[in-house]
Amino acid sequence: MANEMLGFIERDSFIHRLTGATKLIVFILWSTAAMITYDTRLLVFLLILSSILFFLSKIKLNEIAFILAFILFFLLLNNIAIFIFDPNQGAKIYGSETRLTGTWWRYYLTSEQLFYQINITLKYIAVIPPALLFILTTQPSEFAASLNKIGISYRLSYAVSIAFRYIPEVQRDFKTIAQAQQARGIDISRNEKITKRVKNVVAIIVPLIFSTLERIEAISNVMDMRGFGQHKKRTWYVGRNFKWADMIAIAVCGVLVGITVWLFTVNEGRFYNPFH
Amino acid sequence: MISVQPIIQFDNFSFQYTSQQKPTLKNINLVIHPGEKVCIVGPSGSGKSTLAHCINGLIPERYNGEISGTLSIAGKVADSFSLFDRSSVIGTVLQDTDSQFIGITVAEDIAFALENTMIPQREMKGRVLDAAIQVGIEGHLQHQIFELSGGQKQRTAMAGVLVNDIEILLFDEPLANLDPATGKSAMALIEQLHQQNNKTVILIEHRLEDALSQSIDRIILMNHGEIIADMKPSELLKTNMLAENDIREPLYIRLLKYANVSLQQLEKVDKAEEIIFQNYREEILAWYKANVTTIHDKKILEPPLLTLESIHYTYPGTKEPILKNIDFTCNAGEFISIVGTNGAGKSTLAKCISGFEKVKKGVVRINNEDVTNESIKSRAEKVGYVLQNPNQMFSQTKVFDEVAFGLRQRYFSEEMVMEMVHGTLKVCGLYPFRNWPISALSYGQKRRVAIATILVLNPSILILDEPTAGQDYKHSKELMTFLQTLTTQGTTVIVITHDMHLMTEYTNRSIVIHGGEVIADCKPSQVLTNPELVRMANLKESSLYEIALALDLAEPFELVERFIQFERRVALNGK
Repeated sequence: MANEMLGFIERDSFIHRLTGATKLIVFILWSTAAMITYDTRLLVFLLILSSILFFLSKIKLNEIAFILAFILFFLLLNNIAIFIFDPNQGAKIYGSETRLTGTWWRYYLTSEQLFYQINITLKYIAVIPPALLFILTTQPSEFAASLNKIGISYRLSYAVSIAFRYIPEVQRDFKTIAQAQQARGIDISRNEKITKRVKNVVAIIVPLIFSTLERIEAISNVMDMRGFGQHKKRTWYVGRNFKWADMIAIAVCGVLVGITVWLFTVNEGRFYNPFH
Repeated sequence: MISVQPIIQFDNFSFQYTSQQKPTLKNINLVIHPGEKVCIVGPSGSGKSTLAHCINGLIPERYNGEISGTLSIAGKVADSFSLFDRSSVIGTVLQDTDSQFIGITVAEDIAFALENTMIPQREMKGRVLDAAIQVGIEGHLQHQIFELSGGQKQRTAMAGVLVNDIEILLFDEPLANLDPATGKSAMALIEQLHQQNNKTVILIEHRLEDALSQSIDRIILMNHGEIIADMKPSELLKTNMLAENDIREPLYIRLLKYANVSLQQLEKVDKAEEIIFQNYREEILAWYKANVTTIHDKKILEPPLLTLESIHYTYPGTKEPILKNIDFTCNAGEFISIVGTNGAGKSTLAKCISGFEKVKKGVVRINNEDVTNESIKSRAEKVGYVLQNPNQMFSQTKVFDEVAFGLRQRYFSEEMVMEMVHGTLKVCGLYPFRNWPISALSYGQKRRVAIATILVLNPSILILDEPTAGQDYKHSKELMTFLQTLTTQGTTVIVITHDMHLMTEYTNRSIVIHGGEVIADCKPSQVLTNPELVRMANLKESSLYEIALALDLAEPFELVERFIQFERRVALNGK
């Protein structure tokens, strides 16, 4: 069950040893670079580099197969949507049109469109590994500390991390309540009509909301009694200081962003154009 | 004599919640000195939790209401003593062991208060370790809290307040969620903190006999928002005030009272082991002989109602089986208790019987029919399972609709629904409340509604998970008596419980689970007089057993058995 969820996977790797804040900064810089550029050469480089990083983290592909399939499914959906809405986007961007197929209504495929969509796919795939690595290799307890370190208020950071902390408990509640309500006769499977099913789901959600509210009241009382929020700042038991490896990782990503911006001047824009 | 400044002082203090018609605390005058250890007892609704909220500052900061009179804590007037500032003087440990944790690992949770006061990390690590050592949890600092046992969780919660050098430790029902043996060691730890670190300790607890396993300076008895008594334990135990206010007196005190031993001649009565029962041998034996057990062990010849045949159960995704080779049968109308350590598999067993968890290895038979692979829905018509938290079961607003829910799901006609729901509500004593919103009911009434929602489906077996947790003696007694009447009508009732007294007083048969196996299946009185079983299953011997040993009775469990039967007769004939 734990493996289907997106959560911390414990391994001994240099990526695990980086601080959570470093991984968050790397992720932000990395995705900035990958998001603003359409330079295929840079994207391929990022893709190779991020695959190597993923390999080094010692996390196995099958451990995240579910979430990966989920993301790739959306990528496919996105690609189809782009083509449906505007099959000539590529031609407009690259200023030429090389038809590869005949026309069907307003649709035909051009090399430019294909190239454009390949770039989009590359962007996605280059960003996925660092995003997953931040979540998979950061101790949940270090999460809040890392968010706080990059300047997000500690109250907000804590809200995020406490939500993570309580997800399994709420899931357990959900399971118990669902079983109890099924015992009383409700059916949420496909055997039931859709209107009835919605009603039945409400019979599970209502008690879940109430029992969650009880939890929230208890936990917020405890946080008050233990002095949460009395100062503008707070310290962190799990917070770690940057080491050389952290500095280097951030510097490398800074350089990557620099290269991205530099390529703008070389390519005279965000796009690398092989059709000229 | 040097007069010491009191650490807590209530003067003509009253409090009324904004939402309530009447004050919850009336004219409280109470003085607690530094280094004292007091226990506040009282039935539900007596105001003891409200008193605790006033001390730790949740009142007035979280719960609004009107205050009159004065309260001073550590020399400061409570009005100007904020919740945050109080956290450096008072540490509160809640009864619910799960809802008070914020951190994921033990160390992080202990550090929480220090993080909030911006203690640098280096100093923080040292202080966390110190606090952990004080409660003996230092070996688990890096463990995740959900992996811990109930006792370890409580220790973590204690360390979490001890990191601040607090003066007052406030415990809200520390024994409620612990098995008897763990509860005993928790009391010993609290005593150690009290003695060695000179903390002022305030316990709120209604399991008085268990709380008294370590010495207590004073007992404060509350009822109806007032302080009824404020005395030394021995003095209070000699009176009848506890029983009059629905607090369970320790068993040995009750036995001495039944045997007409004059408690006034004893100097101290707050610890069973300090009383020389030999001196009252005559009186006790006279009572013992006058109350011979009536044996009505009817040999049941009818075929069993429920049969479990070598049940094994492993939770999906785990390797260790939680239940191993469970075999047992029971008949209609039995009243059975399942006891054992936290995590021994009690709840899992109940879930396997009620079909919440699918049994893959082994067979469950009801009325000689194999029901192992039945759906939850159809199993529920034979076995009803009542969750520990009633709020997890309610999805309707009105009592009637909530009870009718299961029938309406099964497409009974509205007339039938009306008839069956009214019938069930009458049995449960809820008929006058049929049109009430559930949210307006007390916790005890909600528990009854939860039972009614299950009972209306007319199951032949009813399973309840910790039915009396968080309820006072009076409500527990009422509930157990109600369950007993159900058994006389032929329903088999199975309760999972930590409460040894309720187990012996009401149930006829105990199943002791340890490490996923049934290690005993016998009379409750036999469980509590078997030191080996008591040790293995983390239970606690009855104080009556000690008396039986002191008097050299041939069959120690006979004393317990006669005591139970005597009390049942008293209960039946009225006071």
